[in-house]
Amino acid sequence: MTETTSIEQFGSSRVKRGLADMMKGGVIMDVVTAAQARIAEDAGAVAVMALERVPADIRSQGGVARMSDPDLIDSIIAEVSIPVMAKARIGHFVEAQVLQALGVDYIDESEVLSPADYVNHIDKWKFDVPFVCGATNLGEALRRINEGAAMIRSKGEAGTGDVSEAMKHIRTIKGEIGRLSSLSKDELYVAAKDLQAPYELVVEIAATGKLPVVLFVAGGVATPADAALMMQLGADGVFVGSGIFKSGNPQARANAIVKAVTFYDDPSVIASVSRGLGEAMVGINVSDLPAPHRLSERGW
Amino acid sequence: MTVGVLALQGDFREHAQVLRTLGADVVLVRRPEELARVDGLVIPGGESSVMDKLARAFGLADPLRAAVRAGLPVYGTCAGLIMLADTVVDGIRGQESIGGLDISVRRNAFGSQTQSFETDLDVPVLGEAPVHAVFIRAPVVDTVGPQATALARLADGRCVAVEQGRLLGTSFHPEITGEHRFHEYFLSTVAAARFLG
Repeated sequence: MTETTSIEQFGSSRVKRGLADMMKGGVIMDVVTAAQARIAEDAGAVAVMALERVPADIRSQGGVARMSDPDLIDSIIAEVSIPVMAKARIGHFVEAQVLQALGVDYIDESEVLSPADYVNHIDKWKFDVPFVCGATNLGEALRRINEGAAMIRSKGEAGTGDVSEAMKHIRTIKGEIGRLSSLSKDELYVAAKDLQAPYELVVEIAATGKLPVVLFVAGGVATPADAALMMQLGADGVFVGSGIFKSGNPQARANAIVKAVTFYDDPSVIASVSRGLGEAMVGINVSDLPAPHRLSERGW
Repeated sequence: MTVGVLALQGDFREHAQVLRTLGADVVLVRRPEELARVDGLVIPGGESSVMDKLARAFGLADPLRAAVRAGLPVYGTCAGLIMLADTVVDGIRGQESIGGLDISVRRNAFGSQTQSFETDLDVPVLGEAPVHAVFIRAPVVDTVGPQATALARLADGRCVAVEQGRLLGTSFHPEITGEHRFHEYFLSTVAAARFLG
């Protein structure tokens, strides 16, 4: 057998988007300690999001929310062997540089933290580490992909346990993709203008009927049925933030949500895993949140 | 020819798409009764610890072991290679594999995602043209036992593709690069196995 001498290419789009492909059909869980990361890995999380406070606490405690302490991220990377993600503030490219240097597997440029730049997002092409970004609609998703995002998550409304915004955002994105597919070629110029998105990406989506990157759902998923709902609406997987570790029995709930995502189309499995989970997170109705407290309106 | 793709988690749709393009009837396998219908099985890329956990929770792990023992052709990519390895190094606490390949596989052998890469590989069994291979937090085969045969190695000599009878495994992901030769090779094994029983 001959041996190869060819060059290895790091940080390519294929490699970045590929890791998200491998997470499909899975659950990514927010964790704030190494002990929680251990519970998440044991429960079958495909990745963990390492952060200092879950969105529900960021919401209730207020103040500026920033990238987590490197020691915390190190301790979580040391604890688990599944991929570790961490959040940088929107536009804060130095936090992203730090997270890349720490060896995280994915960076979430996240509206859950306080934005550092109200004009520009991070130029994500400059990094070898891949980025996931939030979006509430197709135009926003395409602008993030144009900046180099290798994975999109619909935003929902983090830290509420109210799935209605997640529902709105995934339905909006899927609906807009469907609409593009029905347009004729000469209508795509105006569609790109209306979406405020690059024409080439709009043409690609009209042809393929899907985003060129993996689409997860986030923001308000608190029960196995919520997770299965998002999967039936066409999500590739789910992020669960406050929903697990703000519930009565995190271990059981994490286990149950993992199973519900795999068997999202089988109500008998969802029923059986939904039993005996204890209290779900208490939550807040999004309609009771005053507009300045809605995280999904951060980012553009 | 009916080929299953283990659909507990991971990029099973990409494998299903390649197999359909090559003319196979594809069944997504999450339950023992679905496994019973297939002439061959692909175990996709994904998170091996999650697949292991779900396979055990839903009563699929033992039927998978029995099917491998009975001679079912199986092709595993990345996490799928880990699932087929007799020995897993650096698994999560309590992680089990299906086994069948006389190899020892190291999980996340290259480190974090920034160490993921793509490169060209010589795979003599597939012909002269190199295989463009994508390694994503990939495993490598630490030890190739006497029953198994290495099909490809990196420039540094580490083994990243193996075969043993009707079992095939790669550290990398032909399903996301448009490389169909591994799937064609596997389907020829499935066809031969159907003929021989």
